[in-house]
Amino acid sequence: MARRQGYDGVVVTAPVSVPYERYSIETAHWWISRALRASLQAAGLKPLEIDGFTVSSFTLSPDTAVGLTQHLGLCPRWLDHIPMGGASGVVALRRAARAVQAGDADIVACVAGDTNHIDSFRTLLSGFSRFASDASYPYGFGGPNVNFALLTDRYMQEFNATREDFGRICVAQRDNALRYPNAMMKKPLTLEDYLNARAIADPIALFDCVMPCAGAEAFLVMREDEAIKRNLPFARINGTIERHNAHASDPVQLRGGWTLDVEDLYEMAGCAPSDMDLVQTYDDYPVISMMQIEDLGFCEKGGAPDFLRNRDMTVTGDFPHNTNGGQLSAGQAGAAGGFIGLVEAIRQVTGTAAGTQVKDARRALVSGFGMINYDRGVCSSAAILEGAA
Amino acid sequence: MSDPLQPPVKKNPQKRTVSPTRPPEGRSRAALGLTAAAAEGRFALQCCAECGAVQYPPRDACSTCLSTELPWRDVSPKGTLIADTFVRATTSLYFRDRLPWRTGTVQLDLGPSVICHVHGDCEKGARVVLLNRLDRAGQGVLIATPEKRTPNMQDDPQLRAMSSDPKLRRVLITDARSPNAPALAKALLAAGAAQVFVGEGEIWRPYPERAALETLAVEFLPLDVTDTSSVNRMAAEYGGKIDILINNARFLRPGGVLARGDTGFARDEIEVNYLGLMRLAQAFGPVMCARTGDGVNSAVAWVNILAATSLSNSPEMGCFSASQSAARALSQSLRGEFRSAGLRVMNTYVGPTEDDWHQPLPPPKVTPNALARDVIKGLIDGLEDVYSGDVAKDMAEKYRRDPKVLERELTMGDEA
Amino acid sequence: MTSPLANLATALSSGEIEVIDLTHTLDPDFPVIVLPPEFGQCARFRMEEISAYDHRGPAWKWHNISMSEHTGTHFDAPSHWVSGRDLPQSAVDEIPVDRFVGPVVVIDCSAQSAEDPDFLLRPEHITAWEAEHGPIPPDAWVLMRTDWSKKSGAAYLNMQDDGPHSPGPAPEAIRFLIEDRAIRGFGTETVGTDAGQGMHLSPPYPAHFQLHGAGKYGLQCLHGLDRLPPTGAVLMAAPLKIRNGTGSPLRVLAMIEKDSA
Repeated sequence: MARRQGYDGVVVTAPVSVPYERYSIETAHWWISRALRASLQAAGLKPLEIDGFTVSSFTLSPDTAVGLTQHLGLCPRWLDHIPMGGASGVVALRRAARAVQAGDADIVACVAGDTNHIDSFRTLLSGFSRFASDASYPYGFGGPNVNFALLTDRYMQEFNATREDFGRICVAQRDNALRYPNAMMKKPLTLEDYLNARAIADPIALFDCVMPCAGAEAFLVMREDEAIKRNLPFARINGTIERHNAHASDPVQLRGGWTLDVEDLYEMAGCAPSDMDLVQTYDDYPVISMMQIEDLGFCEKGGAPDFLRNRDMTVTGDFPHNTNGGQLSAGQAGAAGGFIGLVEAIRQVTGTAAGTQVKDARRALVSGFGMINYDRGVCSSAAILEGAA
Repeated sequence: MSDPLQPPVKKNPQKRTVSPTRPPEGRSRAALGLTAAAAEGRFALQCCAECGAVQYPPRDACSTCLSTELPWRDVSPKGTLIADTFVRATTSLYFRDRLPWRTGTVQLDLGPSVICHVHGDCEKGARVVLLNRLDRAGQGVLIATPEKRTPNMQDDPQLRAMSSDPKLRRVLITDARSPNAPALAKALLAAGAAQVFVGEGEIWRPYPERAALETLAVEFLPLDVTDTSSVNRMAAEYGGKIDILINNARFLRPGGVLARGDTGFARDEIEVNYLGLMRLAQAFGPVMCARTGDGVNSAVAWVNILAATSLSNSPEMGCFSASQSAARALSQSLRGEFRSAGLRVMNTYVGPTEDDWHQPLPPPKVTPNALARDVIKGLIDGLEDVYSGDVAKDMAEKYRRDPKVLERELTMGDEA
Repeated sequence: MTSPLANLATALSSGEIEVIDLTHTLDPDFPVIVLPPEFGQCARFRMEEISAYDHRGPAWKWHNISMSEHTGTHFDAPSHWVSGRDLPQSAVDEIPVDRFVGPVVVIDCSAQSAEDPDFLLRPEHITAWEAEHGPIPPDAWVLMRTDWSKKSGAAYLNMQDDGPHSPGPAPEAIRFLIEDRAIRGFGTETVGTDAGQGMHLSPPYPAHFQLHGAGKYGLQCLHGLDRLPPTGAVLMAAPLKIRNGTGSPLRVLAMIEKDSA
């Protein structure tokens, strides 16, 4: 018998992406309600018909999921607030799935959304975490750019990666984004553009960075029979993992928590990296995508540059990756950045991805990474989804 | 090597002076331990009292054994620069004015990795020594420096931003009559100060230091800290040219409350030592605070020379020391008031000095040259609290250990 | 026949009698006497704004001032010195007010003082003066003109390593003025009634010791005695009415006949 119980009978459905905006005068509450409404409409549900609700957001303050129940007229018997940034999509999924599986809830709406006012980003950084305020932001106040610059610098030293290697990821994602109508970036990107871009924090340049924006993403978790009853395309959850503060004594983060749990993931899912039809990594910087590709078993540590040199990461390629352009090209809508890959993956494996659809996509690996609490991302998560045959 | 600092060109009078800005100031209470150590120029980290694990960033519980006993200890500042970057974009106005800004990751020999500022002479992968310095927000920050001194090392723009270096700055010494005035002036000029002004009160009364000062390239300005109109006039004329103000004005007579029997000298002590500081601060403070972003010779520091007995008093100099305590308390308020401009208040606590009023005391005593040396070093290291001389250091250590024990030690009665 | 006061008023308004000011401006920079630092010191004049048509008082301006009884142009009462401590009416508030207005003679020592900053006025100088100007009338102020009030800065105290150097009376001269001329008081243009080196005379500070011991008054830091005639002027020097005060800052005025100086 497997060490961990599967998610049999539980499915994920009704993926929704509310088109992003660079700056918004609206609030996080507004963005979250739009995503929730669209997801419920897709499933033919009214707000009081869901009994589970989980929210991820950075700009909801002073409210939490609790305040939203009253604000949005919800009456859930299962409620969660997941402040895990880039890891929150998969974490929301696996918690909701267990709740539904155990009968603690029947239908759980998982929503992430943030607004982006002018100056929101600076304000968010200023109060992000205690360690960041104490020990990271006083050193140039470059935000995550600095953390990832240091990490990328170390990665390049350690594994002989080049800027071209990172650039290929960004260029492929831009190609993918051109197929995705909601993407913020609508202009093609060449490797030359990438290499010549304005430096932000060496070796990080403009196209290594995401564009902060406003937006929201949502999906529903329910029993398979419920999805079938409502005639919804759905995906099954083959396996998930989650880990926090792994490898704390590594001087610089060159690996994430996935390495501790990756075997577990594939054993639970009963498949291997080579079985994936597409991969959605958390991509706030390309080096992190490389780290996930390594730590989730597609190649050995430090092998990602070489692995990707021989692969085509576009929707039509042999290694479809971040098929809607990811955050690098679609934009980073705060905590919705932790949902974008998952929501796109649900569309892909349910054959509803429209312009970005990978041909015959059945199985997707989705990975999350989040929360630069001090010098590195603390949270990691991953899930394997499979479309209902 | 760092590029040697160049004297500033004359300012374009049509250009607005750069507004004072400062790096992020917010810190947890635990992190202020780093600030406290930086104020005295020490490199200290939290070390678990139970398991010995060295912690960084500062925290409330040991990340190895969960003990909440995490005293700050002076530890080895050595490590290796394992990654670095030049920040070229930031939303902080302070750093925007100073881009690109070099930041790096240093793995300490003791274990933890730290994100820190990086001196321009550090090579990636090389051994470095971390300094714990106060930044312009007045908070302790770490800066990696080369293991061996390099030419013009102190001129590195990032290191200079964390110092109050007198080099190429204009300094006002408020009291030419103080026995330490010539030594201070000489040391400042030797440290590369662009100009040294000395305030001179009661020019109708000669004083021996004048001759020594006249041999130095100093400029005498009429200034009497007990005379509000004199202080205001001088600030109006020269306030915009003062980058460092050293308040060495002091009125001292021996004696405690009963030995004195009146409030006469005490009034003089309060007039000079307390109200004098207040007058100077009210006159020079605002204009200096407005010039903390003003380039190579920005206004940078306010120095008070205080008696170590301002920490804890005893009857020998009881009334005088009370005025010093008042000045010390005022300096704390000034720190708060100057903080948003980033103007640093450096208190130099000095033990008995070689002067008329300490004649009856046995050695060790602080010579004017030793005091001047400590003041200059404190400025270069960007300190907030300097203890000059063995007596002051001893007193500071005792004060840290237990103020009540120190008080009783200093206030023992005579044998019956 | 009009009254003497009416005559005076007429003379004042016609300019026949002029009123002149013999006072230094009270100013923080004005020198005061310097004693060895272990002694208590004379406070310098200081002035602090209370308000100046601002948030501290919108429609008015005023100052708090502080100084010693013996700052600036000032009056010395007998109680100022140990020799006069037990005399009756020795404090400024007790002195009868008629003492504050009276005849004044001026002995010009400016030439000697210009040559010798330690010049001492001796009885023979006084008698020589009397030979020219007539005897000093009883109960008169005697002022020693040295033109010292024209000096400023360090030259005023003329402080050297061995102390200040400025002219003043010899012990015998003061004794002569008290015992043989029954003067009201003695005044100078220097910082004290005694010479700069007066502490080395016998008795030390002979002017202070002898004048006050005899119930006489002192005036010092007077300004512009060259504008007074040798005789014939009237001096007005009224101290503030300070309880038990040993002296007081003054506005010293003199009435002189036009073109008499």
